[in-house]
This record gives sequence, structure tokens and C-alpha cells, in this order.
Amino acid sequence: MSAVLEVTNIKKNFGGISAVDGVSFDVHEGEILGLIGPNGCGKSTLFNCILGQLTPSGGEVKLDGKVVTGLRPSELNKLGVSRTFQLLQVFPKLSVRENLILAGQEHQGNMASRLVGRSDAGLTDAANQMIGFFKLDHLAAEPAGGLSYGQQKLLDAAMAFMGGPRLVLLDEPAGGVNPTMLSDLKERLVAINREKNATFVVIEHNMEFVMSLCSRVMVMAEGKVLAMGRPDEVRKNPAVIEAYLGH
Amino acid sequence: MSGFAKPLKIALGLIVIAGLIVVPMNFNRYGLFILSQWAVMTIAAMGLNLTLGYAGQVSLAQGAFVGIGAYAAAIMTTHGWPLPAAIAAAIVLSFAVGWVLGYPALRVQHHYLAFVTLAFSTLAFLVFRNESWLTGGIYGISNIPRPHVFGIATNKPLPFYYVCLGSLAIVSVAVWWLIRSPWGRAFMALRENPLRAQSLGIDTRRYTLMAFAIGSALGGVAGALYAPLTQYIDPVPFNLSLSLDLLMMVIVGGAGFYFGPFLGAMIAVLLPEWLRFTEGYYLMLYAIAVMALLIWSPTGILGILDRYMAARRTKAASALRAVAKSRLETAQ
Repeated sequence: MSAVLEVTNIKKNFGGISAVDGVSFDVHEGEILGLIGPNGCGKSTLFNCILGQLTPSGGEVKLDGKVVTGLRPSELNKLGVSRTFQLLQVFPKLSVRENLILAGQEHQGNMASRLVGRSDAGLTDAANQMIGFFKLDHLAAEPAGGLSYGQQKLLDAAMAFMGGPRLVLLDEPAGGVNPTMLSDLKERLVAINREKNATFVVIEHNMEFVMSLCSRVMVMAEGKVLAMGRPDEVRKNPAVIEAYLGH
Repeated sequence: MSGFAKPLKIALGLIVIAGLIVVPMNFNRYGLFILSQWAVMTIAAMGLNLTLGYAGQVSLAQGAFVGIGAYAAAIMTTHGWPLPAAIAAAIVLSFAVGWVLGYPALRVQHHYLAFVTLAFSTLAFLVFRNESWLTGGIYGISNIPRPHVFGIATNKPLPFYYVCLGSLAIVSVAVWWLIRSPWGRAFMALRENPLRAQSLGIDTRRYTLMAFAIGSALGGVAGALYAPLTQYIDPVPFNLSLSLDLLMMVIVGGAGFYFGPFLGAMIAVLLPEWLRFTEGYYLMLYAIAVMALLIWSPTGILGILDRYMAARRTKAASALRAVAKSRLETAQ
């Protein structure tokens, strides 16, 4: 298995605080890597450094062996890296379908063709398919702001897949989602992972979700990597129990 | 607006267009001037609505772009160039200047951006006033010719009103096309959530600059029509108050609504005229009306309509749900 993403010694300081303090890890093609750790341990900051939302204070990010450190988020997205955010980030005034078309449109054609071409950038079918896949059919024409929290979470995740990404970083996809919808979401993620061979990195606090979904789990504490391994290994690791899981 | 049936909307649109063509035939000189001014200001306000209403970039410089367009047209047409060439030059010039003015928006937002554009507005006014070798300074440029369209002279008010109306029609179609294209969607994404937009591959830098440049270019078009409309320009109409007026048109009509600028410009240009019978009080009444409107509906006139439609949709949806629920209960 080759590494899709190689992160080497990433650091991020905010004033005197090291939010991320020399984190290195690889993500293999087709795997689902879990990222867990207590609040404030630097998980989201690490995501933001990898994705260009923040400029790392040091270190290097490679995508398919090419250095991509410092690229803008939109450029990384064009290279096939997609994400969701910890807090909901849908466009509330646009309909569910419009949200999905928006999420995919920059991957179609160029600036000129997006101006003179079709209004939906040829994505209505793809959006409808995604809507069906995430079981949002009855809501397709509704403004996204009118959906329930859990439905918006599903839409948020669906948007991350519209560009046909190879690598998706999901920041707490399960947060605030009810159990039924959560099992739906998990099922969808596993299906996309298998069918499209998409690679995932998932930040999550819901242990059951992480342990059942991920092939490997990385544990962070105080800006550093505390442990990395199969879910059952990590669960037994005394340092992890001490720092995060509790007795 | 989605609450109306489509044929009804088309019929309504056709009636309005026919009215705009036929009714002014009986207007006097002054009425035609006011209506032409409405068409010209609507074009400028549509530009600002694109920058501010759709893309969410505050600008207090739209009046300066009207000025740039007006001076470009005045200088060129008094030197023998035809108006279409002058309009093209005004578009290119204000597009380019607007693009450059967009760069600060990549760093600062909201009221900071408002101040940057306000400074630009002042700068443009000083250039119009002080560079007399080019602009005629405080004496301005007079005898600005009106064009011949398909061999017809437009010196009389009615033909030139049709030039303004025709230009408004072209701009309206172009803007409608733009906002329903993926660009329009990207502009709205820029306004609603630039962070998320970036993570979806939307090049927010490029779209921000485009929003500024296109919005400014429409200001330029308006200016290029304003110059032959008044046939005389000096720096005064293009000072900060024009930018503020245009901002008000967009806000009052409803920022981010396609028809907002049409309504906003109508209120800003026509209402003061209708209130003239109150003599000294008309500006006061006008100001009070605007304040009352914005307190009642911060999203402008079309915002009221939008809320009403949304309420109706919610009502209809909850009625449907109630029916479904009662059916379920009966089934049990």
C-alpha cells in the first residue's frame, strides 16, 4: 500500500503555545484512519495545517509524494483533497441540490466554461445521485438551513464527496448526530471507501464509531502523537487509557 | 419569488416591459429625463448588487466608477468617437480599476473594506476635479453628443430614453445569466461562507476580484450613459454621495435579490420627485421613509416579499405534514 498523504514533523505555534508539536504520520491508500485525543490536543489544528487553512510553523505535507505544504485550500481541493468541518458548514440559503452542485462545480471545466456553460455545470444528475445515496431525496429542493442538524451533517459530508476526492478529512462527522442517522452515515462512508477507493482521515470522539469504522487509529495528546495502531491495540495502550480513554 | 407560478411571472414581466416602452411616449421632457436616470442608476446599482449583495464585498466606490465611465465617454465622444466605442472603453477601464480595487478585499473585510473603498472614492473625485487637462476640472465637459442608433438621432429625450432602456435590458439579461451560472453560485458562497467555499475548490481570490471588477464595470456602463444623458458633466455628481445613494438603492431594494436594484433605484430616483409637492419637507419625509423601511425590514423591500413567501411555504409544508400524520393515525 502506497502512502497518499505523508505528514512529516508538522508544527504549529500560536504565540507561546505549541498546538501541534512535531506530528508525523502516513495515510495509506484506501484506508480509514481515525484521529482521536482529548479536546485541545491539536487535532483540528493539524487538519487545518494539512489543508492549507493555516500555515504550519514547520514541517512538510506530501500528497502522492509531492510537497503540497503552503498550497491554498482551493488548490488542494482541486488535487483531490476534501474535508468537512467540526462545526456545520452548509450554505443555508441554497437548496440541498444547489449545495451539492456548488460543492462539485469547480471540478468541472474552467472559469470560462463555468461562465458561459450550463447553470448546473452538468452536475444535476450527480447531485441527485448523491442525494439518493445519502437518503436526502425528499429534501432535495429545500433550503439547507431548514434541515435538521443531523440531516445537515449528512449534507455536509455529501458535499465533501461531490468533487470525487481521493482523500477526505472528516472533522467530527458524528458529533450531534442521532444513532440511526449515525449508522446510516457510517454505512455510506464505508461504501464510498470501498467503491471509490477513497481514503479517509476521521477525527471523532465517538469511540464506538471510530473503533468500528477505522482500520488504524492515531491518538494525539498535547500536540504530539501518543500512539498509532489497530483499534484494539490502541484501546489497550496504557498511555492512551491514561491520557484519553480513562479507566 | 418562487411562490408565483411561472406563466404569471412571465405575464407580469411582459406587462412591465410593455409599460416601460409604451407609457413614456406621453411623458414630457422632464419625466423622460427622470425615467432615463432611473434606467442608468439601475445599471449602476445592479453592479453594486453583484459586488455587495451577491458576493458580500462592501464597496463605497460605485459612484466613482460611474464617474470613471462618464468621463471616459465624455472625453471620447467629444473627440469624435462613437458611443459604443466609448462604452466599451468605459467597461474595460472600470473593470481594470475595479479589479485592482478588489485586492484590498483579499486582506480586509466589512467596515475596513468600506473605508478602503471610501478613500478610493475620494481619490477618484480629486482626479476628476484637479486634473483639468483631462477632465476640464470644475468647469467639466459640455456639449457631450448623443449617438445615432440605426441612423436615428437620439437628441430628443424619447429616443435617448430607449437607448437607456435598451442598455438596461442588455445588462439585465447579462446579470441574470451571470448570477444563475456557477459564477453566481460561487459569489454567494463567497458571501455566505468563504472558508467552506475554499475547501470546495472555489478560488475565493479570483472570484472576489471578479466580483469587484464586474460590479465596477457595470458602474462604468452607467456612467457612459449618464454623460450623454445630461450632455454635461462636472465632478460634483460623482462625489461620495452618489456612492452612498447607490448603496442605499441596493439595500432598500433588497441586497442579493435580482430585482432589488430596479426597485431601489426607482425609490431613490422617483420618490423624491413624487414627494416634491411637500416642498421643503420632501427630503425629510424621504429619509424617514427609508429609516422606517430598514427598521421594519433590514433586508429591503424584496426581503419583505421573501419572508412572506417563506412563511407561506412553511405553512403549506406543515399542513402537508399534519395531513400525513392524521392519515397515519387513522390507519392505526
